[in-house]
Amino acid sequence: MSGLAVNTVLLRQILVGFVRDEVHKVGVKKAVLGLSGGIDSALVVFIAAEALGPENVHAICMPYKTSNPESEAHARLVAEACGVKFSVVPITPMVDSYFDMFPDADNMRRGNKMARERMTILFDHSALLRALVLGTSNKTELLLGYGTLYGDMSSALNPIGDLYKSQVWQLSEEMSVPRAVIDKKPSADLWAGQTDEEELGFSYRHVDELLYMMVDLRMTKEELVAAGFDIEFIDNIYLKIQNSHFKRRLPVIAKVSNRTIDRDFRYSRDWGK
Amino acid sequence: MNFTAVLAQIKPKLGCIKDNLVLIEERIEKAREAGADLVLFPELAITGYFLKDLVPEVALRLDSPEITRLIELSRNISIAIGFVEVTDDYSFFNSAIYLENGVISHLHRKVYLPTYGLFDEQRYMARGERFRAFDTKFGRMGMLICEDMWHLSASYILAMDGATTLLCLSSSPGRGIDCDSLASAEAWQQLASTTAMFLNCRVLYCNRIGYEDGVNFWGGSEYISPSGESVVRGRILEEDFVTAKIDEGSLRRERIFSPMLRDENLFITMQELRRIELKRGQ
Repeated sequence: MSGLAVNTVLLRQILVGFVRDEVHKVGVKKAVLGLSGGIDSALVVFIAAEALGPENVHAICMPYKTSNPESEAHARLVAEACGVKFSVVPITPMVDSYFDMFPDADNMRRGNKMARERMTILFDHSALLRALVLGTSNKTELLLGYGTLYGDMSSALNPIGDLYKSQVWQLSEEMSVPRAVIDKKPSADLWAGQTDEEELGFSYRHVDELLYMMVDLRMTKEELVAAGFDIEFIDNIYLKIQNSHFKRRLPVIAKVSNRTIDRDFRYSRDWGK
Repeated sequence: MNFTAVLAQIKPKLGCIKDNLVLIEERIEKAREAGADLVLFPELAITGYFLKDLVPEVALRLDSPEITRLIELSRNISIAIGFVEVTDDYSFFNSAIYLENGVISHLHRKVYLPTYGLFDEQRYMARGERFRAFDTKFGRMGMLICEDMWHLSASYILAMDGATTLLCLSSSPGRGIDCDSLASAEAWQQLASTTAMFLNCRVLYCNRIGYEDGVNFWGGSEYISPSGESVVRGRILEEDFVTAKIDEGSLRRERIFSPMLRDENLFITMQELRRIELKRGQ
């Protein structure tokens, strides 16, 4: 797909500049982020290290007892490759003590709780280190809603939120993210052997092509079918985008005054910066 | 006449007039010291771009102390700069002023306020209603603010009004990363070059840099000769101080070699436009 192919040199310049500019303008020098061992957070830590200097980036690996041990090894490998500070904060004690009270909780509840536990650790370190939390959600998962609201979707700045997974792969090559991390199958790592593509039921490369044509090019359903996509697949993805839209918005405020936040009280976040 | 223009490719802070004016004065002084005759700043250089509800808070009257100070500085060097203007009847305009010899030689209020995609200008600002060329020490000029230039009629009117130099003040967001350079930069370069060629005019394009809420502004300020050739171009996405040596001879030669503007038939154009206007009104 030509549209998904990106000029990685230029993209790198824009995203490195973005992190540098947006971090420095709030009067902070540092960033903190969770490093899962996967490609998205690996790419973000490489961008951050280049933007802020590796000494100003703190990466935290937060494994649960069922996480694949290879993930922590990959997180460590990535941190060493770009020279950032690295620490490990296991979340097993906090998560287990909570679910001792709710032993029947299903995988979704457990996964969400883990994601939110990690979020609280990152924001605590944000205060501890005077560092902004960097988000690592890509455009594919943001559109599909394949993330936890107030969990891994929470951050101060997200450099890769406008990159499809296919583009994350391309930029990771350009930035020399370790090969083992680029080549492995994407996984939420909630249990051993889990992969995103098996759970979603389609490949990232395939859905990225559809999302690009549907969202970026605004093609009609007829045009998408003519482009070779299965009609059920198109409908399924459209519904996923629609049904997860709440995750991409601030909480809805009931309007009663003349100036309601975000409706008719509108300022950029960089107001005064 | 030959003259030297500086394109001050700066990074304004959003809503911080005082800080921006310090930066602007510093660039004016630097341009003056470098012996430049004219210094250009981007669209909304005094205020930043994604102002939204800040518009009324950062708006300046033409007789405000801030503008008065810039007018004063124009005794030593001519200045073109963008800001939010407020009028006596509390209209807010995305305006640009050309200052020379201690007076405002020209005021242009942006006519085409983009309100689509990532743009929302007309929600917050009033629309200007004219394109007029004006005389300067360096010949007759016309001013455009960013989106104005995407309307053929705007540059055409200025050229027909006698402008030989088009100044375009811009805050253009960078987007489109699937080509050799930014898609928006390529589109602008093509537009500026084509406009210069069609109208046998030189173009001085000044764009800002920096990020506002994740949107980048790409810079790439440039001087395009009347033949459409990019003579000098600023860096992409980085601050710059672009010095353009403008040569009167290149304008004279282009107007002799390619006298399209001389041959442009205003009568036919007006006749056909009037016909279309009448038809649309029916």
